[in-house]
Amino acid sequence: MNEIPILRVEGYSKHFELHEQGKIIPSSCDVNLNVYSGRLTALIGPTGAGKSTVLKGIYRTYLSTSGRLLYRTVSGHEVDLAQADEHSILELRRTEIGFVTQFLHALPRQATEDVVAQPLFQKGMGRSEARDIAHKMLAAMNLPERLWGISPATFSGGEKQRVNLARGLVSHPRLLLLDEPTASLDPKTTERVVRLIEDLKNDGVAMLAIFLHPDLVERMADDVVELEPPLSIEKVLKEIA
Amino acid sequence: MDKVLGVKNLSKVYGPGCASCFELTGPEHDTNICPNCRSVVAAHDVSFDLYKGEILGIMGESGSGKSTAVKCLYFDHEPSSGRATFFDEGRQYDLFNLNAAQQRRLANHRFGMVYQNPHLGLNFDITAGGNIAERLLMSEVDNFSEIRGRATSLLSRTEVLPERMDELPKNFSGGMQQRVQIAKALVTNPPLLFLDEVTTGLDLSVQAAILDLIMEIQQEKDTAMIVVTHDLGVIRLLAGRTMVMKYGRVIESGLTDQILEDPQHAYTQRLVASAL
Amino acid sequence: MSASYPFGFLNEYAKKEVRRSTLKAVAIPGYQVPYSSREMPMGRGFGTGGLQLTLSLLGKGETLKVIDQGSDDSVNAVNLRSFIEMTCEGINTTTKTDEADFIQSRHRIPETALREDQLIVLQVPYPDPLVVVEPSEDKRKILHGEADYSRLLVKLYEDIVKFDEITISHRYPTRINGHYVIDPSPIPRWDVPKLNQSKALILLGAGREKKIYAVPPYTKAEPLAFEDVPFRVENFSDENGQRRSCQRCGCTSSFLDEFVDSKTGKKVYQCSDSDWCDAQGSASVAEGRTPGATDEYPPTNIEQVVVANG
Repeated sequence: MNEIPILRVEGYSKHFELHEQGKIIPSSCDVNLNVYSGRLTALIGPTGAGKSTVLKGIYRTYLSTSGRLLYRTVSGHEVDLAQADEHSILELRRTEIGFVTQFLHALPRQATEDVVAQPLFQKGMGRSEARDIAHKMLAAMNLPERLWGISPATFSGGEKQRVNLARGLVSHPRLLLLDEPTASLDPKTTERVVRLIEDLKNDGVAMLAIFLHPDLVERMADDVVELEPPLSIEKVLKEIA
Repeated sequence: MDKVLGVKNLSKVYGPGCASCFELTGPEHDTNICPNCRSVVAAHDVSFDLYKGEILGIMGESGSGKSTAVKCLYFDHEPSSGRATFFDEGRQYDLFNLNAAQQRRLANHRFGMVYQNPHLGLNFDITAGGNIAERLLMSEVDNFSEIRGRATSLLSRTEVLPERMDELPKNFSGGMQQRVQIAKALVTNPPLLFLDEVTTGLDLSVQAAILDLIMEIQQEKDTAMIVVTHDLGVIRLLAGRTMVMKYGRVIESGLTDQILEDPQHAYTQRLVASAL
Repeated sequence: MSASYPFGFLNEYAKKEVRRSTLKAVAIPGYQVPYSSREMPMGRGFGTGGLQLTLSLLGKGETLKVIDQGSDDSVNAVNLRSFIEMTCEGINTTTKTDEADFIQSRHRIPETALREDQLIVLQVPYPDPLVVVEPSEDKRKILHGEADYSRLLVKLYEDIVKFDEITISHRYPTRINGHYVIDPSPIPRWDVPKLNQSKALILLGAGREKKIYAVPPYTKAEPLAFEDVPFRVENFSDENGQRRSCQRCGCTSSFLDEFVDSKTGKKVYQCSDSDWCDAQGSASVAEGRTPGATDEYPPTNIEQVVVANG
């Protein structure tokens, strides 16, 4: 491929050190992959291979143990997401990198439409304009309109997941990280989400995704990266030493 | 991005202080009291930068020094050493080298403070409206109708009924008192706001409403804020970045989600594990 | 008495200290200069602050006028005057504002405009206007130093909220020379504008609180107020909007005291400044006008003072 990747992951590893228990938990190990604009790279591998860890490492929810996470910004600079200062990361999250997780963290009492519009508020968009866009996204997710004005705290798993997706997609990032975005959705909604993701891809959004179902990987992935099962603790310790 | 505040090596020691104060205190010694001279090292070597529109969380248990840091910056306490630079409208202020009048001027005009205890932030002998008026009068606004108008709009903004603005704060509920405090802090449109345990002790539903209000204000006005709390939930919801303090030291800092999901320090791991 | 006490009752050191403090007060308009107020042979609160200023500054051959709420003949004025006459040999006294070099006053500034060659000493019970909002003197000093009078202004704000107007009747906080706010002693609002750009030096002395302060000649004195709720002096209009007049001299431009006539039970009004009233009376007699009903001052048939001006 002669296209320049938007993200290059080189030798990324992550293990967790639990001081209290005196344990080291290995997760991702020597991950190498590329992500391109307008293409979807799928991460596959057995449970515990550190797929989510890679996404969280890129988003800097996890600190890296080793490796480089080279992201090419809209202005053409290459930034190592593992090393960049916190304010740069916050700025990239605000403007370029989006993350749809399996969990929804929102202010208690906040209306669903505002939960979804939050990334747009943070970009400085006016409230009513941002809510209009949020409404379109919630409609596309097939979330009943009567739910838009109330807090998602009481929603079912599938409803929460759709709110979460809507929030992740609403700001139209350049790089979108998707962690099992359709995990708790019914087939009909899954189909809608798949189409939305296709649309984003056609708009040039680069995606790195984890899908639970192999058929979704089959259908949507342009590139597939398989992660190795984790190393034993002994090997990690030896590597550190 | 515009820097609002730069803090370098801020320390505060209560007591005579001695040469070994900093060596013999801190998380690794499990104390902030110097065994040699009995001074309390409330905060030591605190450094951070704060940018426009950013919310920085300072997390820790009581006695960790989190409030001390903020109270030094708001001039409630005098730091023992360190430097803090405030950047405002193209000017720089070396905070701890200003005279008392200059400090008070900045605190009145350009900073806002909301205390856990409303008695610290509000004058209970004067009405809610009078409390807000006081801050405007300090800022040399001397038109009665304008003061009245601004107090009314701020109180409506913070969801205090304007009909109640001429009542004394003691007639208000705890949540309402915090709203009046927030209105008072905001009335001069400060670019920097300090929030010290503002939701501690309030009912959960009231807490949520106050946090909601703080978020909205931050987005509307792009106010930089420092939020001091022991409540991980507050940190998660409000702060983009977080510093964790223990025995007067910053033991860890980073993006809030990273601190909560991948804490590096044993203490933070314990704190997060016990809360989730 | 005159044989055993020095001129001016106080010893030279005490007088020197008062003079030094006075110079400092003049140099820093409105600033409350502390001084070691001496024990006087009368109770504190009876004008000992004003008295010490007078005794320290008055010289032989000078002419003194002493008034209490505008009157030369009320008890406090009479007692102070006789004490000063007794201890300052060679001074003259008068009741006429025009003739006085030196005026000591409680609660009033004379109606007659004072001249550059005159000096007025006001007796002060409470020198610090901030005492109502801040109990600690240390903190008050900081507030004065930084000219932070927001808490006083909040009092005015709350007054307007409660009563639609500023209700302070006397001791109206007044900013001197753009910085220090003073308590101008219990003079009515009527007299506050006389502080502004006064030709005469105005000295204020608080004996119990041990403070001396000054409004030097030709100095700005602005009563605290809001841009859109300006300071106002007392209104002496009747129900019909007519300016009330002094029932004794007919004057319609002076500060009036209100009395109840014991015979008729009606409210009557009279100049608070007795010398002014006398002068108006004789002027109107000279001009052939009919003066007010009562010729003596104060009127003999007064039963009670309904509204005292302080």
